Amino acid sequence: MTVLGIADPGVWLAYLLSILSAVFCIVYGFVNWNKGDERIQPEDIKWVKAEIK
Amino acid sequence: MLTLTIVVIIYLSVVGFLGYCGYRRTKSALDYLVAGRDIHPFVMSISYGASAISTSAIIGFGGAAALFGLSLLWLTLLTVLFGIIVAFIVFGKRTRKIGHRLDAHTFPEFLGRRFKSRFIQGASALVIFLFMPLYAAVVLIGAARFIETTFFMNFNVALLIYTLIICAYVISGGLKGTMYIDAFQGTIMFIGMIILLAITYLKLGGVAPAHQALSQLATQVPDKLARIGHLGWTRMPALGSNIWWTMITTFVMGVGVGVLAQPYLAVRFMTVKSAKELNRAVGMGGVFFLCIIGAAFIVGALSNVHFFNDPKFGQISLAVSGGNIDKIIPLYINSALPAWFVYVFTLVILSAAMSSSGSQFQALGAAIGRDFFERAILGGRHNKYTVLATRIGIVLGVLFAVILGYSLPGNIIAVGTAIFFGICASVFLPSYIGALFWKGMTKAGVIASMAVGFLGTAFWLLFIHQKESEALGLCKFIFNKPSLAPFPWTVIDAIAVIMPISFVTAVLVSLFTKKLPQEHIDNCFNLKPGK
Repeated sequence: MTVLGIADPGVWLAYLLSILSAVFCIVYGFVNWNKGDERIQPEDIKWVKAEIK
Repeated sequence: MLTLTIVVIIYLSVVGFLGYCGYRRTKSALDYLVAGRDIHPFVMSISYGASAISTSAIIGFGGAAALFGLSLLWLTLLTVLFGIIVAFIVFGKRTRKIGHRLDAHTFPEFLGRRFKSRFIQGASALVIFLFMPLYAAVVLIGAARFIETTFFMNFNVALLIYTLIICAYVISGGLKGTMYIDAFQGTIMFIGMIILLAITYLKLGGVAPAHQALSQLATQVPDKLARIGHLGWTRMPALGSNIWWTMITTFVMGVGVGVLAQPYLAVRFMTVKSAKELNRAVGMGGVFFLCIIGAAFIVGALSNVHFFNDPKFGQISLAVSGGNIDKIIPLYINSALPAWFVYVFTLVILSAAMSSSGSQFQALGAAIGRDFFERAILGGRHNKYTVLATRIGIVLGVLFAVILGYSLPGNIIAVGTAIFFGICASVFLPSYIGALFWKGMTKAGVIASMAVGFLGTAFWLLFIHQKESEALGLCKFIFNKPSLAPFPWTVIDAIAVIMPISFVTAVLVSLFTKKLPQEHIDNCFNLKPGK
């Protein structure tokens, strides 16, 4: 089977999977656009400052 | 020439303005070292990509694809897979969260505080200080050679001017200024490479016809390459052949996996406010890597069709370049593309070089100033001098890199890159993964893993992997032969052998040595006591 003018599946798979991986990144970015908004507060790092002292 | 000079002056003016913006917004060590932890996701993702891709990636990868063909597209997949999906989603979120909780400002500080060890912080900084100048020098040499040929400037003068420009904005603007400029440079790289790919496909009649024309050149593969496994530019190399091992272990594993353990890339995850910014950065980063790396490989491979079909040349790229694959992409740009694109491509190459150099200088300065002197040597008792110490560190690191740049041979680019990536992967990756995902990793496990990774990689590069052992010459000097091992070990990259050994060492030593206090682990991972 020839895909995009390339006969070796080892090569056209790499070509298509590269594009698919970037498409996955775009979809992931949009699906999670507003997720994960928890932020570290100043009190969250008091313990490490005390430990260092 | 006048037009090109004006274009470059405008480009440098924008760089100067963005550096000044970074300087104006830098008020503290937090701003200087981790960009105030409030960088925009676009700036973060493009800065990450632009820092990871240097001139040697565009010119070198393009040249390598002209030699090996489209099978190198597996590296494009792995770069997006490891460099973005695994790096941002799996590593990045935890690095940001734990890094923020540890109040870490640098990658060595992240490891040092996670494992409660100033020694680990200092040793990590020392590895960066000793080996990053080699990689920085490699990028400097590549950039200076490009400036030398483009602007007809003396190599030494080009190296000096290039270094001074980058030092100016890195020292004054810190990571904030560096990342703003990276984002500008990354945007230029992205637009330039998209145009390059589009023009190449259009000139060759479209995607499928271009690939078919490349397939038909299989009969032109030089005998020397055919004997070591080259079957054509649209075919995978013969399984188990010399080229197959080189492609899989050096390009795919070495560069694809190696990108995960780069200290100057890992620190960028700590520059955003929350996981939301990282989620938004994933899409931009994926497209950026696909277009830059993918375009370099595709254009490099298809340059064979252009050169072979052009009556002026009538040969494949390797023959046209006289055997020097680093000349293939510049030759292709000058002979196949319109004159205006030469200006665009000049900016692409300058951007790729400057974004990598800037990030390297910043990481070098932080490692020497903050991690080594202020923390490991002085015990962290002089926090108010962090920015000054880092600035002095940048000057020292750059001096080291420039001295190497003047003294190293011109053909060191590929070897220098392989050495730095190999050291980073074997020394840092097991500890970094343990820091993020294994609460049972111990201080002794980390130290043992780093020692095995460092010594193992040094042994492999000096005595086994022929490409480096031949260039370094110690094996030949002691044993009167270029490598101590038979094929295929001579072509298997250090990362494929030493990194797994370093991982096993980390696990075994951690299982039998003193655990970190449970309270410290709970605090690192934000767990309720006892969980």
